[in-house]
Amino acid sequence: MPFFERKSPAVAGIPTISLPDIVFLLLIFFMVSAVFKEYQGLPVNLPTAKQIEKIPGKRDVAYVWLDRSGRISIDDKIVAISDVAAVMQAKRHDPLHPLKLTSLRLDEHLKMEQVYRLQEALREAEALNINYSAKPGF
Amino acid sequence: MFRRKNKPAAEIPQASLADIAFLILIFYLATTTINIDKGISLTLPAKGETKEVAKQNVLPLLINAQGEVLLDNQVVPIPAIKEIVRAKLLANDKLIVSVKADRETEYRVYIAVLEQLKQAAVSRISIAEPD
Repeated sequence: MPFFERKSPAVAGIPTISLPDIVFLLLIFFMVSAVFKEYQGLPVNLPTAKQIEKIPGKRDVAYVWLDRSGRISIDDKIVAISDVAAVMQAKRHDPLHPLKLTSLRLDEHLKMEQVYRLQEALREAEALNINYSAKPGF
Repeated sequence: MFRRKNKPAAEIPQASLADIAFLILIFYLATTTINIDKGISLTLPAKGETKEVAKQNVLPLLINAQGEVLLDNQVVPIPAIKEIVRAKLLANDKLIVSVKADRETEYRVYIAVLEQLKQAAVSRISIAEPD
């Protein structure tokens, strides 16, 4: 009796004809969702928080960094504290993407005095919707 | 008249299509950054906007330079704020928490306090600046 004789073996192959279609589908998803416009920012240690919300949308958001040495960067441009209000005002009146939210990326070791000064400038520019950026903690 | 010479096959080879698509896919996978913009949202009061509120609706919360919290004239640890405020919110739903931090307070402490208030589902937070 032959040892390796089998009854008609079942074909155990994954059909690869539709593979390019699947890959293209994934590709299109990633192409659409990819966002290249990323800012460099300043080196800050964000505070951690558990109860945090996602920022809705990314397009009408201004990013403000404030690092430990007190440097301020708005969308990757170093700005003096005295110019923050003017810069934010201009962003609010941008005809294409009027500012809706300001994301504050502040270092966790900052003193509140500096935070207050920044907020004061934002209030002056009437950029009132803010989000204190935080790392998700567990 | 209709006879032609051997026509060369005019087809694009499709065997490598999946490979090319995979290559582009991996490029996009590697370069895509998942949205990590998360934080605590707040609306600042407009400049010069002051409102008179009834004193019994205001819950004062003070933070000193050392990061200690005085809630309703009692020193409380930060993780306890949530429960206390939630209880007070049940008793009075018009409650406004007035957060006042010292100029020397660390931002980290301030965020920790705000997070406690968010967890207690306080909708009205007032940010008062120290005099």
